[in-house]
Amino acid sequence: MSNAQVEIQLIAVVVAAACAIPGVFLVLRKMAMISDAISHAILPGIVAGFFLTQDLSSPWLVLMATLTGMLTVVLVEVTHKTGLVKEDAAIGLVFPAMFSIGVILIARYAGSIHLDTDVVLSGEIAFAPFDRLYAGQTDLGPKSLWVMGGILLISLILLFVFFKELKISTFDPELAATLGFSPVLLHYSLMLLTSVTTVGAFDAVGAILVVALMIVPAGIAYLLTSKLKTMLWLAVGAGALSAVAGYWLARRLDGSIPGSMAVVLGFLFLLTWLFSSRHGMIPGIFRLKRQKKEYALLTFLLHVKNHSAPGQDPAERDVAHLYGHFNWTGKTARMVLNLAGKNNLIHMQDQRVSLTTKGETFTEEAVGYIIFNEKAALENTKGRFLLFRG
Amino acid sequence: MEMKFAVTVDDLTVAYKYKPVLWDIDLNIPEGVLMAIVGPNGAGKSTLIKAILDIVRPVAGNISIYGKPYRDQRSLVAYVPQKGSVDWDFPTHAQDVVSMGTYGRLGWIRRPGSREKKAALEALEKVGMLEFRHRQISQLSGGQQQRIFLARALVQQAKVYFMDEPFQGVDATTEKAIIQILKDLRQNGKTVIVVHHDLQTVPAYFDWVTLLNVRKVATGPVDEIFTDENLARTYGNQFKPAVLS
Repeated sequence: MSNAQVEIQLIAVVVAAACAIPGVFLVLRKMAMISDAISHAILPGIVAGFFLTQDLSSPWLVLMATLTGMLTVVLVEVTHKTGLVKEDAAIGLVFPAMFSIGVILIARYAGSIHLDTDVVLSGEIAFAPFDRLYAGQTDLGPKSLWVMGGILLISLILLFVFFKELKISTFDPELAATLGFSPVLLHYSLMLLTSVTTVGAFDAVGAILVVALMIVPAGIAYLLTSKLKTMLWLAVGAGALSAVAGYWLARRLDGSIPGSMAVVLGFLFLLTWLFSSRHGMIPGIFRLKRQKKEYALLTFLLHVKNHSAPGQDPAERDVAHLYGHFNWTGKTARMVLNLAGKNNLIHMQDQRVSLTTKGETFTEEAVGYIIFNEKAALENTKGRFLLFRG
Repeated sequence: MEMKFAVTVDDLTVAYKYKPVLWDIDLNIPEGVLMAIVGPNGAGKSTLIKAILDIVRPVAGNISIYGKPYRDQRSLVAYVPQKGSVDWDFPTHAQDVVSMGTYGRLGWIRRPGSREKKAALEALEKVGMLEFRHRQISQLSGGQQQRIFLARALVQQAKVYFMDEPFQGVDATTEKAIIQILKDLRQNGKTVIVVHHDLQTVPAYFDWVTLLNVRKVATGPVDEIFTDENLARTYGNQFKPAVLS
């Protein structure tokens, strides 16, 4: 690999990781679309900044564009608070207006500046290594790597220091407010971080794909875990993986790097959705099958238990009767009897079934657990039986 | 002896746009009562709590907790919001939600340590949810979620507790368990203020009541205030009080 190749991949990884962090909180706050709004609406800020600085990674441009992003957030909120439109409509009203101003500015002055609509849509990460940062004569590496690296570092520090505050204000903003953690302050801080990250990533991946980098890794991680910390790491990991894989895919296809990154992310999401053990579709099918089996077992045990009481007809527990009683096929019946026998839950005498002591306790507790969800003793059994996992 | 007030509300008015939701409310809540706030839908019950807790900004009026504004008294107050106010699919587990109650005492940046963990476990035990502490919160039943919220308020070790419809959507067992905990709190000298919907249970559960319908109708001990006449004034003349007969 050449130096430039390594640098492109490194920039892609840093951009993806930096986007994933605010993305997780946006998804959890049900504000995914605001990243779309910001990424489009910063365009006039970027164009205006570019007129002044002639440099896409100048700090002044980043500052101006970030302010435009914040202006968008405020405009969306003001529009929403009029009470005349809902929030999604407010987003839809504000960002096309901002974006079109940017497009008109570019079209009007396209001849004189190096910024065209292609760059706006998909960035130019492939050229990033050519724009370098120098200290005197020393080459410090690509400028955008420094910019995005700085943004990533700031995100990580903020995340580490304010993790508790971000968590509580995302989960329960009212409680956060009563405890003195201003949700408004935290909201705007997150919006500021989102804006800065979007502006920083814009140069590399453009306005559309930055949304994919923020939202899709968070979506993947959400399907994989039920812990916020793990979700953050998984999102960063998914983003980084898509960056490297996307780069090589783009080389193979001779296509756009950011486009390939988004394709990889989409593919990862599809895989997660199909196979994740928590929410995945295919494990879900297997789970349903096993659940059916356990349900059959429990129904059977309950029936035997009910007819073991004195005064009940013991013939109800005859194997021959059981076949008809449950409308089971021979296969299901053999499976259930086997399962119960193997676990020492029943014993058989002259083709008549009785519960063992173990079977008796188990049935009672299991039914209690399923109906009342309250037999705490069974919490440990959850690992063995799907039925108890809701 | 002069009565000591946990919460004092003077001339409180709250409006959304130009529609008053609470109008000129005066309310003194004595220390150590277990009080229900009762009134029809849209009477401003939740808004009253939210205004006291500084979540909703009033148009006019003064509110104090033990004589000082809320922002100086945060550590004295615990709040149980309506269960539906949060997303139960949030990636976290029961114990983590309960430990959020300790964040207020910790303040910014400091993280919960072993002391906070111990407090969270004790609170979980008190509401009978210790075994479920590692459960993902979406896997809890409605009643269990309400208990988790209650435990979260308990770890705050406050003096005044505000609860917004803690009995909504919970079964009879959980309702009994919750009211027992509330009565224990009062026993320990705490003040508990509950937005409540079920008129039937007011006399059994509470010793103090505020009847509210945008304006305050009456407030005081249940056996004096909770009368057919006052209920009719709260719910309108169409209301047929069947509760107390």
